Amino acid sequence: MAIESNGQADATVVESPAEDAMIEVQDLTHYYGPMPAVENVNFTVRRGEILGFLGPNGAGKTTTMRILTGFMPPTRGSVTLDGYDVVGQSLEVRKRVGYLPESVPLHTEMTVTNYLKYMGTLRGMNGRRIRGRIGDVIDVCRLGDYHKTLIGKLSKGFRQRVGIAQAILHEPEVLVLDEPTIGIDPIQVVETRGLIQELGREQTVVLSSHILPEVSMICERVLIIHEGHIVAADTPNNLAQHLRGVEQLEVEIGGPPAEVMAALRGIDGATEVSHHPRPGINAYRVQYREGADLRDEISRTVISRGWSLLSMQVNSMSLEEIFLRLTTTESDDEGLA
Amino acid sequence: MRTIRAVALKEIQIYFSSPVAYIVALIFMALSGFFFVRDLGNPFPEASLSNFFQGATLVLTLLAPALTMRLLAEEQKMGTIELLLTSPVRDWEVILGKYLSSFVFLLFLLALTSYYVVLLLVFATPDPGPIYSGYLGLVLYGMAALSVGVLTSTLTSNQIIAAVVSFGILVALYATALISEVVTGTWASIFNQLGFTGHFNDFVSGIIDSAHIVYFLTVTALFLFLSIRALESRRWR
Repeated sequence: MAIESNGQADATVVESPAEDAMIEVQDLTHYYGPMPAVENVNFTVRRGEILGFLGPNGAGKTTTMRILTGFMPPTRGSVTLDGYDVVGQSLEVRKRVGYLPESVPLHTEMTVTNYLKYMGTLRGMNGRRIRGRIGDVIDVCRLGDYHKTLIGKLSKGFRQRVGIAQAILHEPEVLVLDEPTIGIDPIQVVETRGLIQELGREQTVVLSSHILPEVSMICERVLIIHEGHIVAADTPNNLAQHLRGVEQLEVEIGGPPAEVMAALRGIDGATEVSHHPRPGINAYRVQYREGADLRDEISRTVISRGWSLLSMQVNSMSLEEIFLRLTTTESDDEGLA
Repeated sequence: MRTIRAVALKEIQIYFSSPVAYIVALIFMALSGFFFVRDLGNPFPEASLSNFFQGATLVLTLLAPALTMRLLAEEQKMGTIELLLTSPVRDWEVILGKYLSSFVFLLFLLALTSYYVVLLLVFATPDPGPIYSGYLGLVLYGMAALSVGVLTSTLTSNQIIAAVVSFGILVALYATALISEVVTGTWASIFNQLGFTGHFNDFVSGIIDSAHIVYFLTVTALFLFLSIRALESRRWR
């Protein structure tokens, strides 16, 4: 388990061997006007992995996916996909990606088959391959009875299937699915989850969701993203285990970082300490078991060493809170369904 | 090439599967037909299409925005642009494909008017030269008008705005000839050179001047170039 934010590289992510990295994201920042939608995001997706972005609405999931697919360039930072840069070699990246945007935008005035033919040609497939693949994806996405129907006449669930069909049509190496199960009925949700898992056996899949159990079910690894920062990255199991009963303090201390780290680690009850330098300030994050209040201990340690304690606060949004918010959203959804 | 064709074919399909195409064709035929027959009641009518050609430029000014307003504005509104631009398609291929579809529709409209020529040939012996040059002029005029519409459609996701702005530009380019009538000297020739009409009239008279051809092709190229840059720029916004 690694906690990170504000540009701190995530140890578990960065260490994954470079040769099997399909997507590498470094210091990704994107601004809409003055507000950052994502800020200093780092992560790696391994070849063949199913990675889930989990976060409340507006956390920066869609922005990240739009950058991954080459729809828009990042304000700062670099993103490579299969070794190709999403800005400099955008065309190569786009050849390798299948994308399902959140709103499932489709040409409603075309029939399913015509639409798939059109998308296939745009992806550079020849007529013969298109014909073969259309049959396949119509089977896989169970669109058999509707292949001659105008997309505009299809229900939301079926449009979702057409959206997935066009994303997998050209057998891309990477599938990017933005909220693939939003707005469809529970039975279709189960089917779609199964389909994604099946696809994930051969392809690299990046999907986003604001529903925790869904991500846990499908994904091998989860990035929790909140207000443009990755706050956690791990397997669903580890996340769940780790989040139980942990609290977090953020302290800013004036003093030599190495010694401060050692001192903080030495405090009884601190489970994990990380260093987050910012310009002119050394911030530290201290995790501790629920109920153990370390504030008193930390302030005394700092003072006794002659360092200065600049600020100390219990993190306004702990992982647990984010987690809670995510789980609540799921139950709300079920309530509505 | 295949992607340009795919984009163009899709748009052409949509033209003919929606009522827009038929309404535009209907209005075009009705109005241009009016210009064709306008002087036929004269005691000594001229066996030419010059009235039709003059009138058709006005009708194209009115209708070209209706043909082009959908092309990119709709994709932006519906979000389908996201899948278009994340496909391995270059921006200029998108613009060219979209533009070509409207150009094909223009050719379809002009082909419909060929029965005016047939009527003339049946009832009179028109001079063929001005008919060829007039159609060439009309094709060039239409090409330029459509390129203006493609640009405005690229700039907004609102079809009405796209249509109204391109309509405004086209009327201005149509009307500069009128301004050149009220001013004198250099200004008159500047306004005459600037707009579409001043470059069109020679075609109606049967004159094919390469300067006019270059003018219309340059205007078309300029607006298409600006459209490509506008599409590129929306990635950075």
